[in-house]
Amino acid sequence: MRHEVSLLAIILLLVVAEIAIPKNRKSSILHLALLFFGIHTALGFLPLAESFLFGGMFRSNDMIHFFKGVLNIGVFTLLLQSADWLEKNMVSQERGTEFFILLFASLLGMYFMISAGDFLMFFIGMELSTLPVAALAAFEIIKRESGEAGIKFILSAALASGVSLFGITMLYATNGSIYFDDVLTTLTAENLTLLGFILFFAGLAFKISLVPFHFWTADVYQGAPIGIASYLSVISKGAAVFILMILLFTVLKPLMYIWKPMLYVLAVATMFTGNIFALRQENMKRFLAYSSIAQAGFILLGLMTGTQLGTATVVYFITIYIFSNLAAFGVVQAISTQTGKENMKDYEGLYRTNPRLSLIMMLALFSLAGIPPVAGFFGKFFLFTAAASEGYYLLVFLAVVNVTISLYYYLLVIRAMFIRKGEDPIPFFENKLYMRLGLLITVIGILALGLYSPLYDYIYQLSAFLN
Amino acid sequence: MDILSLFVVVPVLVILALVFTKDLKQARIISMIGALVQLGMAVNLLFAYFRERAVNDSIMLFNRDMVWFEQFNIHYNIGVDGISVSLILLTSIIVLAGVFISWKMEELPKEFFISLIVLATGVYGFFISIDLFTMFVFYEIAVIPMYLLIGIWGSGNKEYSAMKLTLMLMGASAVLLVGILGIYFNSNADGGELTFNILEIAKVNIPFEAQKLFFPLTFIGFAVLGALFPFHTWSPDGHASAPTAVSMLHAGVLMKLGGYGIFRVAMFLLPEGALEWSWFFIILSATGVIYGAFAALRQTDLKYINAYASVSHLGMVTFALLMLNKTAWNGAILQSLSHGFMTALFFALIGMIYGRTHTRDITKLGGLLKVIPFISVVYVIAGMALLGLPGFSGFVAEMNIFMGAFQQDSMFYRIATIVSISAIVVTAVYVLRVVGIMLMGPVKNEAYNHLDATTWYEKTGIMLLLIPIIGIGIAPLWISNLITESLQPFIQGVL
Repeated sequence: MRHEVSLLAIILLLVVAEIAIPKNRKSSILHLALLFFGIHTALGFLPLAESFLFGGMFRSNDMIHFFKGVLNIGVFTLLLQSADWLEKNMVSQERGTEFFILLFASLLGMYFMISAGDFLMFFIGMELSTLPVAALAAFEIIKRESGEAGIKFILSAALASGVSLFGITMLYATNGSIYFDDVLTTLTAENLTLLGFILFFAGLAFKISLVPFHFWTADVYQGAPIGIASYLSVISKGAAVFILMILLFTVLKPLMYIWKPMLYVLAVATMFTGNIFALRQENMKRFLAYSSIAQAGFILLGLMTGTQLGTATVVYFITIYIFSNLAAFGVVQAISTQTGKENMKDYEGLYRTNPRLSLIMMLALFSLAGIPPVAGFFGKFFLFTAAASEGYYLLVFLAVVNVTISLYYYLLVIRAMFIRKGEDPIPFFENKLYMRLGLLITVIGILALGLYSPLYDYIYQLSAFLN
Repeated sequence: MDILSLFVVVPVLVILALVFTKDLKQARIISMIGALVQLGMAVNLLFAYFRERAVNDSIMLFNRDMVWFEQFNIHYNIGVDGISVSLILLTSIIVLAGVFISWKMEELPKEFFISLIVLATGVYGFFISIDLFTMFVFYEIAVIPMYLLIGIWGSGNKEYSAMKLTLMLMGASAVLLVGILGIYFNSNADGGELTFNILEIAKVNIPFEAQKLFFPLTFIGFAVLGALFPFHTWSPDGHASAPTAVSMLHAGVLMKLGGYGIFRVAMFLLPEGALEWSWFFIILSATGVIYGAFAALRQTDLKYINAYASVSHLGMVTFALLMLNKTAWNGAILQSLSHGFMTALFFALIGMIYGRTHTRDITKLGGLLKVIPFISVVYVIAGMALLGLPGFSGFVAEMNIFMGAFQQDSMFYRIATIVSISAIVVTAVYVLRVVGIMLMGPVKNEAYNHLDATTWYEKTGIMLLLIPIIGIGIAPLWISNLITESLQPFIQGVL
């Protein structure tokens, strides 16, 4: 509960600060929020005992604790990257504090969602994590696309939640309990249970933006502020995959023979759709949106195994993916905040004017594409190893075909930055301190997480709880 | 620090030093010193290897083993045998020559040398790896800088060529990954632990069904890099667009990774699969040999001629490997070495000619022997070596290959061998055709009457490559012995 209580305290403190701090010094709230959250992140890594609270509705163990820590780092990095944008656009409109409160509320929802011990807590957590994001997506009210993103997100999210809740009621109807532990013992493959499972799964699939539940992704990413697009693609997706994994490997394990082929099909569809649509994107945010859909397809390879190896590789991959994608979004954010440019064409000649940003972008894209020695390679290799360990060689083959396709579009960005000279390259600019810090964290992550093997060993140890 | 890890550490240090350089002068001096140190290390390794071999008869010498990812039993496991030592020597020589040839790299010199040395690091790492995982890591590290090297510093249709080359090679490595995973998950077939260690896996009897399935994946994964027909299409375009030093390194060294990987991984670990599939890949190789030769005959762009010649000569490497006997294998490794030096020399010369005349079209050139005699004479010598004239390395290699090939006495092998041998004749034709058109006769263009003389760094680069070609040709035994000795485990394992 420590994560939740401390985050709640930060939210309340921010409310107080919003009231107490006079109008002309509002920008100090930005620093205050970053400071609080930084302390929260750092404290989050102190060890925490396993716990069951509220009669089993809420539980925590080392793995969940670790994963919350990863989410914290992700959000902290993202806040650092967004600080400049917030200061420029939002503080002046006196809306800086709301941004933090909404974002932290959503993160709090994620905590509850991944700590859930029953379907009710899960659902509350999921709703709490989703609703503030709709407001955040529409945060740039002066932009029409932002409003569009908000409304698109809330409509699809509401539908997904409804469907998911409907599925949960069916599971309750057949099992007579909403506690994960009880459901595990009574679950059988009745028709109603299956229907419930599928509906429930659809709700989560929406959050992970698996094909065919991905239609909202590109539009929302494009319209929403970059920080929020980044939040949706890494934090929200990561948490949803994590809880889906817990549910599949524990509660829904009796249905394994059903969800395995289902995930197989979804994995293939998601990888191919994401990659093929990413090929022709011009807008960097849309580009990263489709790329992140494709990455979700790769994650399913690990999810399909249902083994400790699968758990470990999935968590490891998500951890790396968070850093890689944050780096990519961070560079897009930096350029967009400074110049307002978001298209791939604008990036032409970037290396010659802004070599550091280009190099960070290159590292991020290599990590996403899975090129050694950066971390993404190890994440992907191990995911594929996990899938191959269960004998899914054909699926691994299809996945590596997709890796090659994805390499093509990642190289397109690198081509624009490094090879092309561009007629009107983005002039040199200095990033603010927070942005630099935000990018530095991601770069360290990308470089170290793969080569430094004890991290994987640690995650593997933690993964034992599921199996 | 052990003698082998230095081959990875030193290039990384050079790269770090290059990051702080300010202009071309500093960058090239640092790269040259780095490359010289690596050459020194390679020569030192050669002698250390001879000394150690006399007292130590394990398969891989200078072995060092550190656990990396315990859960997957992934190790950082390195060691060398005679084959890798000779290829490391080849690499270090070509890298040094490449630095000299790039002496006047004006555009983004720092980045150029960094990419070049990243590539070299990958190659060294690949040759010293015993662990499949680390080997794969280094393989990809060696390939990916090609995209920037061709894309930024290339000429002509460079964006297309760079993309095509990178995607085909990375696609191949993706296929290879499935093959490696297949080998890994069958490495416990005899009841042991899952392992990536090549020497351990070689002792395991992997089930025949698995061998049959994963051999072609592993083979093709490596063979694309070795420009096996019909997966060679990246190579002519890539070489034509690449800057000189990159063509040299790529054709001279990187493509050797293909043959080495086929031998060390695909055939050594999956011998029954190799027997089962050899007919199919022999047909592809023989087709590549003859196709490459005829394609070179029709090209007018010097780089395309040389690229297709590479397809032909590297086809001979895979062809010889599949002949499954000691003499042919010996020839295959010798061919790898000899082709590495020759093709690097050719690309260096082509770069020099192009730098002076600004064309690579042989129909526009003529009488160069009169204007740039040094380059022209070396070109003739390299040509003679390529067509397999006795006294040069090419002869020794091809002699071995075809002697070995004729030891297989079934009809199928005979026909394939005869087809491949006939390519030698075609080779002679295309080499002499270029020499005749480009070097002899009257000077076709007035402007070509006053071309710059060869500079010292160009001469150094050329001599570095020329000496081994003649050296192997005149005294082939010492290097041949070095290789033959190391073939022993393969003979026990595969035959």
